[in-house]
Amino acid sequence: MTAYIVRRVIAAIILLIVVTMITFAIFFLVPRLAGETSTQLAAQYVGRDPSPDALAAVQKNLGFDQPLYQQWWEFAHGIVAGRTFRYGPDASVCHVPCFGYSFKSHLPVWPEITSRLPVTISLAAGAAVIWVITGVAIGVLSALKRGSVFDRFSMGLALAGVSLPIFFTALLSLALFSYKWPVFPNLQYVPITQNPVLWAKNLVLPWITLAFLYSALYARLTRAGMLETMSEDYIRTARAKGLPERQVVIRHGLRSALTPIITIFGLDLGLLLGGAVLTETAFSLPGVGQYAVEAITDNDLPKIMAVTTLAAFFIVVANLVVDVLYVAVDPRVRYR
Amino acid sequence: MRTIRSSRTAVLAAAAAAVVLAVTSCSSSGKGGTAGTSSAAYNAGIAGVVNPSTHTGGTVAYQLSSTPDSMDPGNTYYAFMWDFSRLYARALTTFSTAPGTAGLKLVPDLATGLGTSSDGGRTWTYHIRPGLKFSDGTPITTADIKYAIERSNYAPDVLSNGPTYFHQYLVDNSTPYQGPYKDKTGGLNSIQTPDATTIVFHLKQPFADFDYLVSNPQTAPVPAAKDTGASYVNNIVSSGSYMFSSYTDGKGASLVKNPNWSAASDPLRKQYPDKITIDFNVAQTTVDQNLIAGNTTLDMAGAGIAASTQATALSNASQKGHIDDAQSGALAYVAMSTNVAPLNNLHCRMAVEYAIDKTSVQTATGGDVHGDIASTVLPPTVSGYTPYNLYATPGDAGADSPQGLAAAKQQLSMCGMPNGFTTNLSARADRPNEIAMAQAVQASLKKVGINVSIQQYPSGKYFTDNAGAPAFVHAHDLGLMMMAWAADWPTGYGFLEQILDGATIKASGNSNLSELNDPNINSMLSSAIQNTNDAARTAAWGSIDKAAMQQAAIVPLLYRKDLLYRPAAATNVYVTEAYGMYDYLNVGSTK
Amino acid sequence: MKHLPLGPNHLHGRSGTTVTAEGPPDSAFLSVRDLRIHFATDDGLVRAVDGLSFRLDRGRTLGIVGESGSGKSVTSLGIMGLHRSARARVSGEVWLDGEELVAADPERVRQLRGRKMAMIFQDPLTAMHPFYSVGQQIMEAYRVHHPDAHRKEARARAVEMLTRVGIPQPDRRVDDYPHQFSGGMRQRAMIAMALVNDPDLLIADEPTTALDVTVQAQILDLIRDLQRETGSAVVIITHDLGVVAEIADDILVMYAGRCMENGPAEDVFTHPQHPYTWGLLASMPRINRERKERLLPIEGNPPSLIRVPPGCPFHPRCRYAQLTDGRSETEVPSLVPTDSPGHSVACHLTPEERRRIFTEEIAPGL
Repeated sequence: MTAYIVRRVIAAIILLIVVTMITFAIFFLVPRLAGETSTQLAAQYVGRDPSPDALAAVQKNLGFDQPLYQQWWEFAHGIVAGRTFRYGPDASVCHVPCFGYSFKSHLPVWPEITSRLPVTISLAAGAAVIWVITGVAIGVLSALKRGSVFDRFSMGLALAGVSLPIFFTALLSLALFSYKWPVFPNLQYVPITQNPVLWAKNLVLPWITLAFLYSALYARLTRAGMLETMSEDYIRTARAKGLPERQVVIRHGLRSALTPIITIFGLDLGLLLGGAVLTETAFSLPGVGQYAVEAITDNDLPKIMAVTTLAAFFIVVANLVVDVLYVAVDPRVRYR
Repeated sequence: MRTIRSSRTAVLAAAAAAVVLAVTSCSSSGKGGTAGTSSAAYNAGIAGVVNPSTHTGGTVAYQLSSTPDSMDPGNTYYAFMWDFSRLYARALTTFSTAPGTAGLKLVPDLATGLGTSSDGGRTWTYHIRPGLKFSDGTPITTADIKYAIERSNYAPDVLSNGPTYFHQYLVDNSTPYQGPYKDKTGGLNSIQTPDATTIVFHLKQPFADFDYLVSNPQTAPVPAAKDTGASYVNNIVSSGSYMFSSYTDGKGASLVKNPNWSAASDPLRKQYPDKITIDFNVAQTTVDQNLIAGNTTLDMAGAGIAASTQATALSNASQKGHIDDAQSGALAYVAMSTNVAPLNNLHCRMAVEYAIDKTSVQTATGGDVHGDIASTVLPPTVSGYTPYNLYATPGDAGADSPQGLAAAKQQLSMCGMPNGFTTNLSARADRPNEIAMAQAVQASLKKVGINVSIQQYPSGKYFTDNAGAPAFVHAHDLGLMMMAWAADWPTGYGFLEQILDGATIKASGNSNLSELNDPNINSMLSSAIQNTNDAARTAAWGSIDKAAMQQAAIVPLLYRKDLLYRPAAATNVYVTEAYGMYDYLNVGSTK
Repeated sequence: MKHLPLGPNHLHGRSGTTVTAEGPPDSAFLSVRDLRIHFATDDGLVRAVDGLSFRLDRGRTLGIVGESGSGKSVTSLGIMGLHRSARARVSGEVWLDGEELVAADPERVRQLRGRKMAMIFQDPLTAMHPFYSVGQQIMEAYRVHHPDAHRKEARARAVEMLTRVGIPQPDRRVDDYPHQFSGGMRQRAMIAMALVNDPDLLIADEPTTALDVTVQAQILDLIRDLQRETGSAVVIITHDLGVVAEIADDILVMYAGRCMENGPAEDVFTHPQHPYTWGLLASMPRINRERKERLLPIEGNPPSLIRVPPGCPFHPRCRYAQLTDGRSETEVPSLVPTDSPGHSVACHLTPEERRRIFTEEIAPGL
């Protein structure tokens, strides 16, 4: 197992390297293919009407005068070994992991990412708890009471949940519960360390909004999985043994139905930790997703690289955890 | 050019429109009098101060749907930052704290008076008030002002956001000055500080608007010992009435009273609120709802409420009383290339002037709340504005009126194109408002046989690669180009020079989209800016405006306006014409 | 072919239409009377079992034979109370050791399931939960009916059962997962699981179908040996007459949810009465049958259980239906005793006609 994990970690690192290379390539090569010079690229990061020498200075400071592979190498090297920048009277050391300085504000990127992570983690984790509990419960009940009023109602709701985009449900919930009936007025992120009660209260709407989408997905998945497993031969065997129905459902049915859901859950959570872009934007939460939007709007490479690498990192880690977990859950699967 | 911000969350806001509209319209009837004060009337903040108060204490809470380019006074080009930064960064001069046209009046701030010029307007001297202190208690000297200008204008690789007018107008060293971060031996020789309270500027050429130039926050003093370059924004040393107690990039900031600020040295600032807070990246609809609910004191961007909020807010009497439809100081216009056939012919350009139905353009942007129909280059809030209309048509309907149609046809005949012609109109793809105006222009030109196809380009490259690159314009037959413009300082020169002066035409990043290079206009501009007689100079801007319209280089469409919201709790609120938004200097809060 | 000696108790077939039940029946250990299991579907009512009756004593083995879709599996699930209760309509009676099950409280039936009556299924791979070890599944079956039993005790019991069914190294294999067992071993483990509570009735639904031929014989031997040890009653459900010949004391031939013929195995094999049984026998592969001779499958397909043909359900496929003067198309034949004891048949042909046809046309081909 150790060998397996080591192998997987190495593969994950290679994947991350490839992701950063591709992001780099998209950032630099696509504009170049569209005929843009590195001077024009640099012009985005200088104030209006830059003088040629200002442009040249910026170009040099951002490293655009260097070949692409070298720029990438310095970026990658900075993550593991740190870098030295000059954005002021003295050279400043950008400590490990150094994702560089923003092209726009010339402020280091990593501290801001870390300051935003708690927001995204709070949002994703809270929503995940809600959606796993409600989604699985509704899915199981719907499957067991297939065709009932409950099943039809909850599946109708689930269809709405998966079809309605977050920015619609988010704004609807804001309009209803923050403005019309101000149950949650003046929503602002409050760190849990500062005021746990306010932290939770102000996250209720974002949690529910995000969880609504995922609950709907999970309810549908769970229902489909349960319907499939409950018609399996081994369920009949379990009943033939004389097991009470509750044990049949939970020990035999749910156990199998949840296994694929664990995989999806791991990936969903990994994806969200990389930034719940729409939810964070709609609820004005200062998380990684909002940072990603800012990075892309500003076309700010170090920020884009940091956000992309972080998102890729979370997904890769989630994948690894899921795979290791899967072995524990399904004895038929072995480390390969 | 001052940045005309477009909301980053525009798409979101649009999507939200239906939702918020539906919900808020239900809620509006019940609540009623959130207003409470008698002065709450529509547009009350345009000509007068709403809720004048000397109440002290409380918190003034700003929200912003985006982030500022920087809060460092030496590194920003956003109008709202130039307005707001005055709370913690005092420039040599600033604008009078008064509503209406009085707000355009320049007054000394750190300086004891406006500048005295000598050498025919090439040398400007200022003295600063005695007893000025930074928030850390150290005295403010003119050396700190000199340093601030050096760092903000000569180190574009570190502080790249702001304009570089000082770099442009001040005499450079014999070997070009590299800025204080690279050149630690000396400074810029053309700024002299003979003593701690005197500062002297030596310009390359006479420049009568120099008092306006030094109103820029770039002249706010920065102590060299505390300057950390790009990260100075994290620990700005205040020279104003408030100082930062916290700042987090991308999230927000809070300011508290600066104990080392003294009212004796500052006739403009009052220290009303105990605290000022700013939240960045709040969705525009949320900002609006917070304003209406009274949770937020002001929208920092000063660019108006979202379209979705507007519909309900204007139809609700009590909410409408909190709205000011303020002149933003920007002009939306169509630039006509003087180098693309057949628009290189004056009469063809005049045909376009007569044909465009400005009323339909106004309707396309959402009606008169977003702009008044324009007939001059200078908007009414710029000094030098003289109303006239060279190409008047009944009801500003252009070719939609018989007279406009006839006039346009006549010009077309004189141009040798009696049946019209074909050309392109460029617009910024990510600005729906601009596209809507372009479509209205397209529709009215079609009536006189001018067939226009609209070419859309991303706004990020509009000036560097497309409309602002003359070679591109010629190659792609961009006869007409949508454009919006606001001045960096509210004088005719600040507004006109970049868009009308032939000397400013550049291969990339060009703002003179018409490529107007009229010797008469060029010389009028350069002689006016050297004229130190204020009245004569101001009169000259009006003449240049008219000369440009005679050349039919541009078709003014709208003087842009924004719907600004001021909650009942906000005190001392009025629109300053200098920035086209509320004056943030002495806003208080009853909360 | 091996025939088992006939026991003293023979099955007494009853007509599917005439039985009215009241009170416990005779002393039979398992008695099924007029069992009907119908499913409402969107296409119509599926009459999976339609008036089936039979009885079975301890220590004896009944083979229920028929093509797929004849309702034999549904019968076994009906006895166990495992039919989908929401959609199935069940009527009739199932008496197990003096206790009626059809009308009984489902909870009571559950308590009997796995303890008094147990079942093994066709495909042991899908019938065992892939995520639990074989031992865990056997222990679970034990502990559900022995709530006071400790883990250790249950585990010892599981190992013991694996030993009894002939799993080598049972104390190690007990922790293996089903996928680590071979097909035959899995079926042995299934049997161990079914027998862990010493049930009095074992229902085996196609227990050897998924296994290869040599393993089939081993499993049948195992079932027979265990039955001898425990003296339980066994119902073997199969489409394979070979299996029945191997193990059954009595045979019940099902078609379209009804009993066509039943009787002692020896008698049914030597003197089959029903044309359907003839068809089954003719299509049965035999070692001594010559290569060139083709198997003679019964022409046509089993009827849809939604639209069972009127009269004798087998008549559309019956080569002798024209001999009945049309009765077979209108009249449902009742199950009547033949002249051989305990042997009944539901057929409109006269005993003479049946005897003539069998001796002249059928027997030479077998």
